[in-house]
Formats: sequence, C-alpha cells, structure tokens
Amino acid sequence: MNKTNFALCVLLILPLSGFAQTSEEKGLEIVMEADKRDNGWGDVKTEAVMTLRNAHGESSVRKNRSKILEVKDDGDKSLIIFDTPTDIKGTAFLSHTHALKSDDQWLFLPSLKRVKRVSSSNKSGPFLGSEFAYEDLSSQEVEKYSYNYIKDEAVDGRDAFVIERFPQYKKSGYKRQIVWMDKEYYQPLKIDFYDRKNAALKTLTFHEYKQYLDQYWRPSRMEMKNHQTKKSTTLTWEKYDFRTGLKKRDFDKNSLKRAR
Amino acid sequence: MNTFTRFQIAALLTASLFVQNSQANNEWSGSVGAEWQAFRHDSSNDEQSQNYLSIVFKPEYVHEWNDGQHQLLFSGFARLNNNNENQTHLDIRELYWNYASDSWEIRTGIRKVFWGVTESQHLVDIINQTDGVERFDGEEKLGQPMINIAYIQDWGTLDFFVLPGFRERSFPSEDARLRPPFILDNDDATYDSSLERKNVDLALRYSHYLGDWDFGISHFYGNSREPRIVSGNGGLYPHYDLIHQTGVDVQATIESWLWKFEGIHRSGMADNYFAATFGLEYSFFDIQSSGVDLGIVAEYLYDERGNEASTPFEDDSLIGLRLALNDEQSTEALLGIIVDNEGDGNVLNLEASRRIGDSFKINLEASLFFDGDVNDQLYAFQKDDYAQLTLSYFY
Repeated sequence: MNKTNFALCVLLILPLSGFAQTSEEKGLEIVMEADKRDNGWGDVKTEAVMTLRNAHGESSVRKNRSKILEVKDDGDKSLIIFDTPTDIKGTAFLSHTHALKSDDQWLFLPSLKRVKRVSSSNKSGPFLGSEFAYEDLSSQEVEKYSYNYIKDEAVDGRDAFVIERFPQYKKSGYKRQIVWMDKEYYQPLKIDFYDRKNAALKTLTFHEYKQYLDQYWRPSRMEMKNHQTKKSTTLTWEKYDFRTGLKKRDFDKNSLKRAR
Repeated sequence: MNTFTRFQIAALLTASLFVQNSQANNEWSGSVGAEWQAFRHDSSNDEQSQNYLSIVFKPEYVHEWNDGQHQLLFSGFARLNNNNENQTHLDIRELYWNYASDSWEIRTGIRKVFWGVTESQHLVDIINQTDGVERFDGEEKLGQPMINIAYIQDWGTLDFFVLPGFRERSFPSEDARLRPPFILDNDDATYDSSLERKNVDLALRYSHYLGDWDFGISHFYGNSREPRIVSGNGGLYPHYDLIHQTGVDVQATIESWLWKFEGIHRSGMADNYFAATFGLEYSFFDIQSSGVDLGIVAEYLYDERGNEASTPFEDDSLIGLRLALNDEQSTEALLGIIVDNEGDGNVLNLEASRRIGDSFKINLEASLFFDGDVNDQLYAFQKDDYAQLTLSYFY
C-alpha cells in the first residue's frame, strides 16, 4: 500500500469510526464528560452525618466536617475533622490524593498532639466501622478505572447511562462496579459493587441532588447497603459551602495540628 | 507557678482583645474516667498497696474566631488517687493562643509538642517534661510555657521555640508502685545553669516531607528534661544539666511499610553520647475482606552508653502486634514485648480498648516484668506486674 492509498483508506474509515465507537470508548467518553462538567468548583466545606445500622436494626451516629481543595492535574486535597463519637473528637485526617500514585495521608491524634504519617494502602477497609470503604470516599479521578459502556437504563424515572468500571489502582476490594450515571446531572444515581470474587457486595444509591453555583450537582444523601452482612450506612450531607477561599496552606501538617 | 499565671493572663488578655471580632466558635469537651489498677504481687514496702483506685478528669476548651485564624485552646488534667499521694495532682496541659497566617503561625502559652516517629521510646521528643507520677513509661507529659513561631514555606517548616518556665520532672511518692527504689524531691534539685529553673531554654526544628519521606532535624539548648540522679548530702537528689541535644527523625511510608529512625546526640550530661531507635512496621489491611487490620512492629533501641545509660533501653528490641477490628466499637489491641538483648530484663505490655455505646470507652492495660537483672533499671519493677482497667465517659 503506497502512501496515497493509505491516506485515502484513512479518510474513508474515519467517518465510520464515529459510528463504530467501542463500548470502552463510549464509557470513557461519558466519564470524561462528567469530569469536565465537574471541573472548576475550587474548594468546598461540608458537614456530614453517618448513621450505621447493623442487621438487628441498632444504629450509631458519626459526625464529621471536611474541607476539600480541587487540584488541577492531580487528586484533590482533603481534611476531615471528626466530631463524634466523642472519644475520637478532635482527631483529624489529611489526605493528598493522587490518581494512580499512592495517596499521602496523615492522622492527627489530639491526646498525644502527634501527627502520624499513615499508609494509604488500606483502600478496601471500612471507614469508621461503616459500610463505606476508604476507596468509596476518596477523590474519583478518571484514571482510577477502565470503563465499559453497557446500555441506557432509567433509575427511579431518571435516564441514565450504565457503565461498568474496573479499578486500576492497587489493593481495591472490588473486581468491578456498575455505575448508573444520570444523563442530566452527569453524576451517579446508583453503584453496584462486586467483591474480588465477583459476588454482589454492596449497593450505593444517591438521593436529592441539588445544584450549586449553577453548575455542580451534589447528593444530599447516600445510602450504602451491604448485601452480604445486611448492614447499612446512611451518609447525609448537611452542608456544602463552595469557594470559601481555601488554599494549599489549609491542607498542610501545620493546619492539621490546629484543625478543630 | 508564677510563670504560669503570667502566661494565663497574657493568653486571656490577648484573647479578649479579639473576642468581639466576627462570628466566634467556642466549645467545651473532654472526658471523665474511673480507673482501677491491681498488682499481682504484694508490695515489699508497707507504704505501697496492691490496689489503687482513681478518677481522672480531662476538660478541654476551644475558642475560635476569624474563621479559625485565631484560636484559644485549653486542656486540663486532674487525677485523684486513693492510695498514691503524688499521683493526686492537677496540671494545665495546654492553655495557649494560636495565630495562623499564610506563612507564619505564632503559638503562645502552655502547650504540648510532640516530635518523632517511633513507638517504643521517644528520643527526639524533648520540649515537654515527663509527668513522672502518671506513668512509668514516660508517655504522659506536663504542659510547657512557650513562644513558638513557625515559619511555613514550600521548602518546609521552621519552628523556633523560646521556653521560659522550666518544669521539673514529677517524682512518685513512697506509696506509689512502678517507681525507682529511691524517693526524689525537687526541693533538693541542683542545676548546671546559674538561673536554675528560670533558665530560658531554646529550640529550633526544621521539618518537611518529600514524597514518601517525612523528616525533621532539631536542636535543643537548655535544662535537661531528664534529671541525672546524683548522690551526696546523705542521699540521692536530681540534677538538671544544661544540655545541647541534636535530633533527627525520619519516616518512609512505602505501601504497607513504615520505616522509622530517630537519633540523638546529647552533650552536657556527663559524657556526650549518641542514642537511636530503628523501627519498621508492616500492616496487613482488611484481612480476608473482614475489615480487620493486623500490624507488626519491630524496633531496635540503642544507647552508646551501654549499661551506664540513664534509660533501661541500651540494647533492646521491641516486637509488637497491633490489631484493629475496625468495627463499630473501634476495638483495638496492642501487644508488645521489649527484650533486653543482653538478657537483663524484659517487659510484656498489652493495651486494648473498645467503645461502649456512643460516649463510653473501656481500656485495659497490663504489664509483666520478667528475667530482670539486678543491675538493670527495670529490676525495680520486678514485683510490679499489674493490670489496669479504665472506664471513661467522653462529652
């Protein structure tokens, strides 16, 4: 094949490839669109309440406040301050997340006034004894998964893309996840989690989305149900304050020490 | 105590100047605990008991204004013990004003500052005096008056400390267990410094992190927190040397591994010496998807002075297991053994805790001392195997 013929072939195939988009390409395209739409929020302060319920219906509550800083071309920085249970009050957790490189994490222990650098290898373990794993709550970067578009399907009357995603980072507790991505919000409505043995493990649903700064959609409530243990956790977001003027300096070890 | 009062007044006055400003946040919290400590063996001394009961109160107060740019923090400590005279005591662990700007933080008042990375001993940590009546292992500290200025840049943090108001180490009374065989009194204390306890101590620390590495380099010049025990005038008395101490602490956090090092060089206390702790920790996270974490801790403790060392850890090893169930009650346990590599005495420690309901926590602690040699400092605790149960309420 000479050069002219090759160029001609490429020209002929090009328009076709638009129609013959693979499911991987379509999955990635949707996720990148979601990422693009969620760009530029800057920083946010939130207050969250977690209610843990076991199979017998007994419940306990954890309250925390977070600050998150959006970082261009890297994972976000976050600082979480725990308010209850009262025995861990004042404990604070600083995380500088990265897409594929392991995150940098520090814990402040108020009784010892000690800042400890901690391993971020614990992705799949429970966050504060809840049904949320650390990896469920960390910054969701596009590079963290590979994607596969499956079909369109509505969730509670809302149109959604159904995308299968496979964790690309080490030590994930999941073989795969299935995400129902709202076609209007470009935010998840539901996620099914499958454990390493590919058995159905948990389902997370997102409720009462609200729009902030005329652009960014955030859920007011998240429900995580564990199908294997019958335990569940409700995560309620009481407050989202965007663009409060947080800076890199609010996410260093010095600010971790005075986080209250 | 005079220094304290001055600092309290200074802190409170400064606070009141800013208090009217914008929306302020303030909150009381803390804990109250009941503790029972029981010893396996009867005591060799008539003054001592086999059971001790105590009540601990740790109130805390935070006042924030200007969106946290200014903070006033208080943390108090009080213990009442039925059989231990000196352990019945009060202390202001912290009472200070913290001002934070983009590249500076100024912290003025009484504070606790922790430096270091290892678990078995804290060589580099030198700002605060040890509360010697609280624990035999030196883990509990007294509040230290200070002015600390932190200069914060992209290349790291430089901390300057001016430390007026030296705190003498608190010593156990005769009725206490887990104490040296002799009784010390700070009324007999002597000093290198002609200013004695009024000596203003100084410290400087540079700390930073690069990728997986966190590190600090520090220097301290002033009254040694650790007294040298000297004999004379028909007894033993504490002597506080004027020392220089340079310290380095490093931790590399690589995947599930933590690699740790702390080293100090101290001069001014009899002979110059070097001491270090080398440590590593490996964690198995979320074992078999159970949520349970198991960590293995190993540390080597070295002191150049050998048997002449002022600590019992001159050539010792720590092996420990850390278990966290990560359940709703945050059940945790730490089992550790410190072995003297020359066969001069070992300590086995257990610490476990679990939350009860939303606001209570139960702690269990136990230590066994065995195979001690008469010449090792731990020999004094040979008959002091104990278990301790604490029930605390947090508010």
